Amino acid sequence: MSDHEHDHGHGSELSEMQLRVRALETILTEKGYIDPAALDLIIEAYETKIGPHNGARAVAKAWVDPGFKQRLLDDATRAVAELGHVSRVGDHLIAVENTPRRHNMIVCTLCSCYPWEVLGLPPVWYKSAPYRSRAVSDPRGVLADFGVTLPADTEIRVWDSTAETRFMVLPMRPDGTDGWSEERLAALVTRNSMIGTGLPKRADEATA
Amino acid sequence: MNGVHDMGGMHGFGKVEPEPNEPVFHAAWEGRVLAMQRAMSYTGAWNIDMSRAAQEGLPAHVYLGVSYYKRWALGMEQNLIGKGLVGADELAAGRALHPATPLQRKMTAADIGAALTRGKYGRVATAPARFVIGARVRAKNIHPITHTRLPRYVRGHVGVIERIQGCHVFPDTVATGAGENPQWLYTVVFDGRDLWGEGSDSTVKVSIEAFEPYLEAA
Repeated sequence: MSDHEHDHGHGSELSEMQLRVRALETILTEKGYIDPAALDLIIEAYETKIGPHNGARAVAKAWVDPGFKQRLLDDATRAVAELGHVSRVGDHLIAVENTPRRHNMIVCTLCSCYPWEVLGLPPVWYKSAPYRSRAVSDPRGVLADFGVTLPADTEIRVWDSTAETRFMVLPMRPDGTDGWSEERLAALVTRNSMIGTGLPKRADEATA
Repeated sequence: MNGVHDMGGMHGFGKVEPEPNEPVFHAAWEGRVLAMQRAMSYTGAWNIDMSRAAQEGLPAHVYLGVSYYKRWALGMEQNLIGKGLVGADELAAGRALHPATPLQRKMTAADIGAALTRGKYGRVATAPARFVIGARVRAKNIHPITHTRLPRYVRGHVGVIERIQGCHVFPDTVATGAGENPQWLYTVVFDGRDLWGEGSDSTVKVSIEAFEPYLEAA
């Protein structure tokens, strides 16, 4: 599991960081504050188990099950927990629904708050200055950076995650998917569609 | 504090550049940093707002100039030194030189389920909520020099209470070690025009999660 000594050559900063982080881990381990085996398991969980496929399952279920959709919008923590995730769902998860009149977008202007349990770790762009600075003041411009254009009269609602509440977007179900199974629908749910910087794939974009 | 971390509405950072097929970590050390941060939080050595405060306290050019996980590492080093858990001499030496400070608990492989569950921040209310849904409130024009979660771009502006999220740990005090001091938390919605002026996009609405001490009746 401890493959952290084998970084590829990404330049001097990473080499310096490799050494610096290894030194830090050595000190914390020698002092008995941390157990490297526990670190391995945390990394493994985020690399293999906790990711946007968890959120996609919840979205797909909400698309086919009106009762679940209502529970998701009422209390996403409890509703998502029903699905039996690998990662237990923390408190204060909130799902916000896209409609033909309103499009939702999630940001954390102050740092990087993000619904890890359902989307995994945030991508670099979500944590970057361009996104954090402009999502609240120019959300349509940000959407354009993602190649997304919405009708001019659609309300754009931006949720700034400034507390321990965490948000995920419930996107609209794509047209032409009547009768699809949850599993097939889940494959249309992209990570960005649950952040609000993208839309689900169209029915004709489904893979296999 | 009015730091560069408080980025909402700033100009000059350029386009958002999504990375196709982005890996979870771009180097193995990033994962070690994330996991160490989780493991140290688990010990109770510091809380999430102390982590944020340590990063926000980095010099502005450092905050903006380093990668995300390097910023985490620098913040963690600051907290380790600040709490007396690791000496600067130990960081320089790359090994332990002094006895450890006893901590409340240590994360082992058996604790991993709990360790991956986000903490609970809701608390029992000791007083009724001051504002009701639909109330007009003004974000106070305050400029604390310590950690706060009231972004600058809403200060002085009027919004509407949309949701009441319960009573939560108050970041402004828990970050400085002054206690959880639970406060009512609200979703407050602002009209984009009010925040960004005439000529800005009239279809935009922005909400923040605002603790009661950040707000006054409007």
